[in-house]
Amino acid sequence: MNDVLDVALRLLIVFVVFLTFPLIVGQTEHKVMAHMQGRLGPMYAGGFHGWAQLVADGVKFAQKEDVVPAGADRRVFQLAPAVALLPYLLVLLALPIGPGEGAVGQVLDAGVFFVLAVMGVGVLGSLMAGWASANKFSLLGGLRTAAQLLAYELPMLLTAASVAMAAGTVSLVGILDAFEWWWLPWQIVGAIVFFVAGLAELQRPPFDMPVADSEIIFGAYTEYTGLRFALFLLAEYAGIVVLCGLTTVLFLGGWHGPWGADGLGWVWTLLKTAVLAFIVIWLRVTHPRLREDQLQKLSWTLLVPLALAQIALTGVVKVVIS
Amino acid sequence: MTLAAAVGTVAHATTTTLTTAAEARGFLSPTGVEIAFLLVGLVTFGAAVVTVTTRQLVHAALWLVVALGGLAVEYLLLTAEFIAWVQVLIYVGSVVVLLLFGLMLTRAPIGRSPDADSGNRRVALAVAVTAAVALVWVVVDAFRTTWIDLDGTPAGSTDVTGASLFQHWVLPFEALSVLLLAALVGAIVLSRRANTAAAAREAEARERGAGATHGTPHGTPHGAPAESAPEPASGPSPEPARAPTARRRDAEGNR
Repeated sequence: MNDVLDVALRLLIVFVVFLTFPLIVGQTEHKVMAHMQGRLGPMYAGGFHGWAQLVADGVKFAQKEDVVPAGADRRVFQLAPAVALLPYLLVLLALPIGPGEGAVGQVLDAGVFFVLAVMGVGVLGSLMAGWASANKFSLLGGLRTAAQLLAYELPMLLTAASVAMAAGTVSLVGILDAFEWWWLPWQIVGAIVFFVAGLAELQRPPFDMPVADSEIIFGAYTEYTGLRFALFLLAEYAGIVVLCGLTTVLFLGGWHGPWGADGLGWVWTLLKTAVLAFIVIWLRVTHPRLREDQLQKLSWTLLVPLALAQIALTGVVKVVIS
Repeated sequence: MTLAAAVGTVAHATTTTLTTAAEARGFLSPTGVEIAFLLVGLVTFGAAVVTVTTRQLVHAALWLVVALGGLAVEYLLLTAEFIAWVQVLIYVGSVVVLLLFGLMLTRAPIGRSPDADSGNRRVALAVAVTAAVALVWVVVDAFRTTWIDLDGTPAGSTDVTGASLFQHWVLPFEALSVLLLAALVGAIVLSRRANTAAAAREAEARERGAGATHGTPHGTPHGAPAESAPEPASGPSPEPARAPTARRRDAEGNR
């Protein structure tokens, strides 16, 4: 009975994190973007600095009519948001936020592979949406999504493999246990490549060619309304949380910190994740959108070679020190 | 029979952590895991059948996702966690995405495609049934009396998989990587040859186009290459001055 309670509690915590953290990131994005652009952002909803703006948005989305275009493939169209969103919920299960086995939803033997595999599945949702909408803009968006995923999955995997080589394990918990502070400079190139490739996989600006609202009208999501559209947006922000958490765990040492790692390890994890999320927002405000050919060129001629160089470096150092 | 025996020997030799206490249990004893295994297997089988029988191209690709995901679950139930995630990563995350990309790039009609059928369906069915029978027979014969000890160390953990891959199977592993490398180089060679042929055609077309609009100011022997080089399939262009420019722009965009 105790086991059942334990599992239920873990699932509940992960679910609550899944529901609240993306909203916090979204609200932060509203405010940070506004201040970087010399505006105030939402100020009225909820009273204090518009803290309830996203709740109000959610209520608005829930009230809207759920429209399925007449020419669309009905079932695939309706299923797509769930396929896009659920993988991120599963990934959160595997991310350790503190030391020990108590601070992770589920300890997985091959955690790195699980996380990357499931994140890749999420993109299927965008593809399904893009195809099933029966809309040229959506199809273009879906195509660009697929091309982007194929280009950026490789550097992500290679850099994650570099960390796994350094730690000698593919378990996320094991990687954190093996972490030393000097891994930071050792793996810094891999960290940057991983983070950039992850941004591209999430289709965040400046890699938002697949959804480019000013030219193909939000790509795969053109035809979506109401709650289903909200689910796609939620998937994007859940993706930010997952990517930042994953970068923290793989490259920044997760719960390790200068002091207090034992009791307050989870604070370090959250702090690093928050800083990375801020960088994600910062990049959105400061960088113009990359063209499709520039996207592909960046991945194949810069990120992949850098990732391979990082793997070589990791291998050499690993052999030298062992 | 010899093949099955060989596979059996290898399996026994490599998977040392599998217990071979067959006497205590029968061939099929219904526990929860086994029932789940069978149900997932049925779903996988059904999805695979729908994949090859549906007339809707994209639906076929999406049912393929279900079938491949079902296989991953089966691997999980066999305690091969690493293989399961790699299955999801490679097949669901990459191969199906590539498939969908190809479908969307060429044609992906919503609704049924009446021509989505093959004249080889009888042969294909025969090959599929033969392969299935051979595989089922070999696997059943090899692993009939092998049971996975669920309480001990997982038999399919990354540790065990890695050790067996790089100790017992390192030669096939390397051979496979060479095969993949050859395929990669072949793909590059094919695409490059197509590019150079297109470039040659384009240069020739440009020359002819220039000759048609401006006459022959430099007196270049533009007639000779036009006869020796293969004619484009589209035949002579109605607008000889514009077509090559557009094609050149395309080529630059691709680069």
